[in-house]
Amino acid sequence: MIEKPLNRLAQATPTPIARRVKGLSDRAIAWIFVGPTIFLLLVINIFPLIWTINLSFTNFKANRIGREIEYIGLRNYERILGDSDIWLSMQATAHFLFWTLFLQVIIGFTLAWLINRKFRGNDLWTTIIVLPMMLSPAVVGNFWTFLYQPQIGLFNYVVAFFTGADPSSFEMLGSVNLAPWAIVIVDTWMWTPFVMLICLAGLRSIPNYIYEAAEVDRASKLRQFFTITIPMVLPFLMLAILFRGIENFKMFDLVVQLTGGGPGSTTELASINLKREAFEKWRTGYSSAFAIILFVTVFGLASIYVKALNKVKER
Amino acid sequence: MSHSITDATLRQKTIAGTLVILYASITMVPLLWIFMTGFKTPPDSISYPPKIVYQPSLEGYVNLFTTRTRVSPEKLAELPPPKNFAEEIVRNREMVIAGPSKFGERFLNSIIIGFGSTFLSIFLGTLAAYAFSRFSIPLADDLLFFILSTRMMPPIAVAIPIFLMYRQLGLSDTHLGMILLYTAVNISLAVWLLKGFIDEIPREYEEAALIDGYTRFQAFYKVVLPQAATGIASTAIFCLIFAWNEYAFAVLLTSGTAQTAPPFIPTIIGVGGLDWPAVAAGATLFLLPVMIFTVMLRKHLLRGITFGAVRK
Repeated sequence: MIEKPLNRLAQATPTPIARRVKGLSDRAIAWIFVGPTIFLLLVINIFPLIWTINLSFTNFKANRIGREIEYIGLRNYERILGDSDIWLSMQATAHFLFWTLFLQVIIGFTLAWLINRKFRGNDLWTTIIVLPMMLSPAVVGNFWTFLYQPQIGLFNYVVAFFTGADPSSFEMLGSVNLAPWAIVIVDTWMWTPFVMLICLAGLRSIPNYIYEAAEVDRASKLRQFFTITIPMVLPFLMLAILFRGIENFKMFDLVVQLTGGGPGSTTELASINLKREAFEKWRTGYSSAFAIILFVTVFGLASIYVKALNKVKER
Repeated sequence: MSHSITDATLRQKTIAGTLVILYASITMVPLLWIFMTGFKTPPDSISYPPKIVYQPSLEGYVNLFTTRTRVSPEKLAELPPPKNFAEEIVRNREMVIAGPSKFGERFLNSIIIGFGSTFLSIFLGTLAAYAFSRFSIPLADDLLFFILSTRMMPPIAVAIPIFLMYRQLGLSDTHLGMILLYTAVNISLAVWLLKGFIDEIPREYEEAALIDGYTRFQAFYKVVLPQAATGIASTAIFCLIFAWNEYAFAVLLTSGTAQTAPPFIPTIIGVGGLDWPAVAAGATLFLLPVMIFTVMLRKHLLRGITFGAVRK
């Protein structure tokens, strides 16, 4: 029994290799298995990150090769913190982040709560609701510009149909007041299902006997909702907010296709601003510093948030 | 009847069902509109009020796959009769087909880069996940967190040095460059998810195999891999969907040879900005495979999209 596989291996491979393969310790195998992944991440994630940090202290411009690179210390960082454009883009990001999270949590939780009534066919409808979030944001965002066209766009037509306004009287993407909401609407359409799915997992994790016990104690449905449902779903909801928060802080593809940051710079989110600085103005050093600031911000906020999340979980 | 007091009553179910179906229907309208616009003629697509009933036409699909040039009516009359329906459609617009468009190439690029990077992420990811799951690796938790945290970086922030690095290495606008890049992005999710799947396979199976004289490698691919097959498949779908949908890196690092479909589709609209049926046709062909996958794999969705944080 024991001999058999060994013999087969010995016959199939030349002796030195066979001995080496057999002689590999678990530790060696572990490093052979993990090594390539770590190597790839080092080359394509960590090395670029270090390079970005390095560049952020220079006045390097990537479109002018051969010019001498000067180290200018923290001047890029100083300039960014005093740059009103950057602050405007952070404001736009904050507006986008707050409203998308707010709407997605409200709608996503409500949907999950309704689906958890387990009506017939809920599986099918859940899948249909999930579809938008699986699609390419750039391709879908591009098509939404068509829906948002004044006069001919379906969105304007439907709004006009229900409100009686003239469908060419408002431009969702062209008006300074409406554009920030236009991107919130599309993002909410696309990503509410994500929050919904996580909430649904949370709701389904609540064991039935808790509700049964509450029924025996004659707790009202409303009371059950606030003392059982909400607290038990909260860790899941916070997880959903974390993922959506990180994603929308980095938001690029959807919004760049929808508005390109316009009109003016009303929807110029941090990533779009960064792209403009790095790949249109070619201020590589400056944009590297901005990239580092963004990265540290996401990382810092996420770490604080995860701590809070763990506290909620412990309760 | 396994009816418990906590079950929703029939009336509650009806109300809940109606509301959910209402939401689902509204949310499907934009997708349905993409599909419908693909079969409209350009004038129909921009008519007011928007047309719900119309004469279906393949003009969008013909325009998507061809480039066309305008010819004078006199010259048009001299041409031999159209060979196929595509030529007929184009000639009705006083144009002739000049050649194929770039859409086919871009679509093929999406397939090559998508499948290439998925294969590589799954191959490397499974090995790493197995090691993390079964061996004691120093600082394993830190390494795992580090692997996952690389996904927190805004793509544009990573794109700056990658752009410079690829320019030096001659990897800009190449399939290999994009495959490596998407693999690096995807591998974090792959390792994380796969570790979860492999953790659930009892160690006893392998230990039995080791006692039977299998080597570690044999135990890995003869015992563990078949057991993890479902997990590997659903992880692969997520890697594929990410690479398929990715836009930021694609638009910054590719321009021709290796350009994928997402940066290309918005450019189909053309100079006049009126060829929405062609855009919609391209979007339909590009989105449909993902929709089919989603419907087929709905049971495995949750774990993938939540980074394995939610397990069922």
